[in-house]
Amino acid sequence: MGELKKIAYNCKKATLLIEKKQITLLTLREKLELKIHLAGCSVCRTFEKQSIMINELVKKLFDEANQKELHLDNDYKTALQQEIETRLNN
Amino acid sequence: MNLETKELTVDPRQWVSKYADYLYNYALTRLNDEDIARDLVQDTFLAALEKIQSFKGESSERTWLTAILKYKVIDIYRKKSATILLKPDVTQAEKEQDNFFNTEDGHWNAEHRPILLGVEDNDPLHNKELAHILQLCMHKLPALWLSVFTMKHVDGENTEMICTSLKLSTSNYWVIIHRAKLNLRACLQRNWS
Repeated sequence: MGELKKIAYNCKKATLLIEKKQITLLTLREKLELKIHLAGCSVCRTFEKQSIMINELVKKLFDEANQKELHLDNDYKTALQQEIETRLNN
Repeated sequence: MNLETKELTVDPRQWVSKYADYLYNYALTRLNDEDIARDLVQDTFLAALEKIQSFKGESSERTWLTAILKYKVIDIYRKKSATILLKPDVTQAEKEQDNFFNTEDGHWNAEHRPILLGVEDNDPLHNKELAHILQLCMHKLPALWLSVFTMKHVDGENTEMICTSLKLSTSNYWVIIHRAKLNLRACLQRNWS
C-alpha cells in the first residue's frame, strides 16, 4: 500500500493529526494526508467536531470555575494574615 | 518616582483579602484537592514575600502572584507524574484504548466509532448536562494526562515548556495529548444518554 493510501485508511493516525492541528502547524504533507483522510471518513469528521467542542468546553469550564467565588476558610485566612504580618514586622 | 509606584503596587497586608480566594480557586480547579490548594496559597504568599524585591510592577500584583502559584502547581504535577507514570491509572486507561482501533489497519473498531451526540450544532457550550458529564470524565483521566491536557488547552502553555517541566519527551507528549482526547471523547459518548 502506498503511503497516502495508508493514511486514507488509518483513523488512529488521522485522530492524532486532528489533535496536532489544534496545537501546532501541520507540515504540508500532514495537511494533505489529513485532508484526504477526512474527505473519505465521516467517523473522523465526527471525531474532529467533538474534539474541538471538548477543547472549547473545557476552557469554558475552567474560566467559570476561576470566577466562581469558592472561598478559602476564614480561620485559614486569618492565620495567613497573621503570618504575613509577623514576617513583615521582623 | 519608580520607587514610589513600586511601593504603591505591592501591599502584602492586602494580599489575603484581595487574592486568597482567587488563588485558591486557581489551584483547586487544577489540582482538585482542597488541602493541597490551601497549602499552595500559603506557599505562594510566603514565596512572594521572600522575593518581593523582584516585583517589577510590570504586571499587576495578581498576575505576579498567579505566576508564582502556577509554578507551584506544575511542581505538584511533576511530583504526581513521577510517582504515577507506572501506576495503574495510566496503564488501565491505555488498556481501555487498545481496541479503539483495528491493530492491522488503524481503522476505528465498530463499537468505538465516534457517533454524533446531537448537541454538536446545538449550542454545546451552554449545555449543562454535557458540561457535567465532561467534568466527571476529566476527573477520571489519569493525573498526568489531565496535567498535560490542562496546561495545553486551558493555560495555553507552549509544548516545550510542558515537556521540560513534566520531564516528557516530545513524542511522549503527543501520545498523551492524543490519548487524553480519545479518552475524554469516548467517556462523553459512553455517558451521554
